Amino acid sequence: MAKSWKMPKWFYQLGSPRWFYDISSRLLPWFVIAAVVLLTVGMVWGLAFAPADYQQGNSFRIIYIHVPAAVLAQSCYILMAIAGAISLVWKMKVADMVAKSCAPIGATIAVLALVTGAIWGKPTWGAWWVWDARLTSMLILLFLYIGVYTLHTTIENDISAGQAGAVLSLVGLVNIPIIKYSVEWWNTLHQPATFTVLEKPSMPAEMWIPLAIMVLGFYCFFAVSLMLRTRVEILHREKRAGWVQQMIEEQ
Amino acid sequence: MSRPLLDVKDLFCERDDRVLFENLSFSVSRGEVLQIEGPNGSGKTTLLRILSGLSKAFEGELIWNGQALADVRDDFLEALLYFGHLPGVKATLTPEENLRWYAALHPQTDSITERIFDALSNVGLYGYEDVPCHSLSAGQNRRVSLARLYLSRAPLWILDEPFTAIDKRGVAAIEALVETHSQNGGSVILTTHHDLAIKGLRQVHLGGENSTEWGTSGGGK
Amino acid sequence: MTNKAASDLSLSRVFVMTLKRDLLLAYRRRNDLVSPLVFFLMVATLFPLGVSPEPQFLSEVAAGVVWVAALLSTLLSMDSLFRSDFDDGSLEQMLLSPQPMALLVVAKVCAHWMISGLPLTIMSPLLAVMLFLPSEGLSALVLTLLIGTPTLSLIGAIGAGLTVGLRKGGVLITLLVLPLYIPVLIFGTGAVQAATGGLPIAGYLAILGAILALGIVLAPLAIAAALKISVSN
Repeated sequence: MAKSWKMPKWFYQLGSPRWFYDISSRLLPWFVIAAVVLLTVGMVWGLAFAPADYQQGNSFRIIYIHVPAAVLAQSCYILMAIAGAISLVWKMKVADMVAKSCAPIGATIAVLALVTGAIWGKPTWGAWWVWDARLTSMLILLFLYIGVYTLHTTIENDISAGQAGAVLSLVGLVNIPIIKYSVEWWNTLHQPATFTVLEKPSMPAEMWIPLAIMVLGFYCFFAVSLMLRTRVEILHREKRAGWVQQMIEEQ
Repeated sequence: MSRPLLDVKDLFCERDDRVLFENLSFSVSRGEVLQIEGPNGSGKTTLLRILSGLSKAFEGELIWNGQALADVRDDFLEALLYFGHLPGVKATLTPEENLRWYAALHPQTDSITERIFDALSNVGLYGYEDVPCHSLSAGQNRRVSLARLYLSRAPLWILDEPFTAIDKRGVAAIEALVETHSQNGGSVILTTHHDLAIKGLRQVHLGGENSTEWGTSGGGK
Repeated sequence: MTNKAASDLSLSRVFVMTLKRDLLLAYRRRNDLVSPLVFFLMVATLFPLGVSPEPQFLSEVAAGVVWVAALLSTLLSMDSLFRSDFDDGSLEQMLLSPQPMALLVVAKVCAHWMISGLPLTIMSPLLAVMLFLPSEGLSALVLTLLIGTPTLSLIGAIGAGLTVGLRKGGVLITLLVLPLYIPVLIFGTGAVQAATGGLPIAGYLAILGAILALGIVLAPLAIAAALKISVSN
C-alpha cells in the first residue's frame, strides 16, 4: 500500500495492518495465559479467601467483578477516542480498526458493570436500581458507546464510518468529565445519604490485592478480545492485499 | 509558465471492491481544457470529487502549483469553481438570492449586484430573478447554477456534466464560455457526453471494456 | 494590513449573509417553525394527563418537565439543520468555498437557534404557568433556557452533521446527542429548583455559561469535521 506518511518509520510500522497482525499473533498467547492466570487467582482469592466486609458481609464480593468492569469500561472509551483521533489525524488504518473494535467490547463491559452494580445494589440498598452517581454515569457511558457503535454499523462506507465514529467519540471524551461532574453534583443534591463502599478510607490489603489482580486480569482479557476483534477487522478490510491472500493459500 | 496548474500522479481509487482507476496520471496547465471521458460508472464523478477535495478515498498525489494540494488547500479553494451533480440551488430562494449567497462565499471587490444581473441575463434568466426557484423548470434551475460560471473569477473550473438538462443554445453558450475562459488563461476540467468543439481540447479516458471485478483500467493521456 | 482588514470584513460579511439566508429560508417555510413549538407544548401537556394534575406535584416537576420538553423539541428540529443543504448541493459549495467551514456552521447554528431555541425560551413562561411553577423560579427558567438552548443547538448540530448523509438520520441523531445533553439538563433544572427554594442561581448560570463557551469554541470544529465526513461518503 503506497502512501505518503509524514511520521517516523516506527509509526509507519505501527500503522501497517500486516505488522499489527504479525505482532498480535505473537502476543496473543501470552495475554491469554496472563488473563486466565490473573482472573483465576483473583477470583479464587477474592471469592474464597478475602475477608467478608464488616457491613455487607459476603455480598460485597461482587466488587471483584463490578469494579474491574467499571474501570475497564472507562479506559476502553478513552482508548477508543485516542485511537479515533490518531486515525483522523494520521489516517492510520490500524488505529481506525482498533477504535471500531473498542465500541462493542466497551459497551459489553459497561453492561457487565451495570448488571453487577444492580445485583450488588439489591442487598446493599434493597433495590435493583438506585440512582447512584457511579451507576448513572456508567449508564450514560453505555449510551455513548451505543451511539458510537450504531454510527459505525449504520454508515456503510468503512472509512466514513470510522471517521464519524472518531469524531463522535472525541466529542464524548470532552463531555465525559462534564457529565461525571454534573451527575455527581446532581446526586449529592438529591441523595445526600448514599453510602459509597469504595470511598472507605482504608480497605485492608487482603481485600484490595485480589481486586488489583482482577483489574489486571480484566485488562489482559480486554487486550485479548481487542486483538481478536481487530484481527478479524484487518482480514476483512485487507482481504485483497497480497499477504492475506498468501496466508489463505497456505492454510 | 511550464509548470502545470494541477498535477495528478498515480491516482488509485476503488469503490465497493472494484478498482475505478489506478496509475492514473495527468496534468492541467493554464489555458487548457481537459475532458474526462468514459462510460457510465467508470468513475468520472468520483475523479472530479477527488480533484476538488470532496472525496478523500484515494491514493496518489495531487499537486497544485508545485506544492502538495493538501498543504495549500486554502489557495486551491480560492482558485476553484466546482459545479457538481447537485446544483446547489435553494428552491425557496430566488435566483438572485441564490447567487448573492454564492457571491458572499467567494467575495470579490467590485459591484456584485450588477454582475449577478449580467450573469442571470447571460444564462437567459433575465426577468426571472425574483421568481422562487421551485417555480422554475429543471433546466432553468441548472441555469441558475451555471450562472456561477459568469460570476466566477476562479482560474480552475471543475464541471461535472454541465450540459445536463440544458437546451442546444444553452450548450453552445456554455461551450463558448469555457473556450473564452481557457483563452483568458483559465483551466477547465469537465465531464460530458457531448462532443466538444473546443480548440486544443485534451481528453483523459477512464474505465472501459475491462472493468471486471479485479480488472485494471488504463489511465493515460 | 489592508488585506487583513478586508478579509476580516469578508468573514463578517459571509457570516451575516449566511445567517440572513437561513433566516430567510425559515421565513419562507414559516409553517415548519410552528411544529417544534406545538410539540414543546404537547409534551408538557402529557405530564399532567399521564401522572397527575395535582398543583403541588406539578409545581415540583415543572422545571424538569419544561427542560425535558425543550430538549426533545430542539432535537426534533435538529435533523433538518443540514438536510436540505446536503440534498441540494449547497453543502458541497460551502465546503469548497474559501471560507472557513466552522464560521459558516456557526452562522447556521445561530440561525437555527433563533428559530428554535429562542421561541422556546419565549414560550416557556406559558408552560411554567400551566405547570404551576412557583413564580420565584420563572426568571431562572427563562434565563437558563436562554443560556442552555444555544448549547443544545451546538451539540445537536454535531449529531446532525454526522447523520446528514444517512436516510434514517432522524432517529440516530437522538441516540447520539441525548446523552451529551445531560449536563445542560442537570444544571438547567438545578438552577430553577434552587431559585424556587430561594437560593442564588449565579453559580448555575456561570456553569451553563462556561459549557456554552466551551461549546462555541469546540463544537463548530466538530460540526465542520462531521460535515466533511458526511459529504465525502
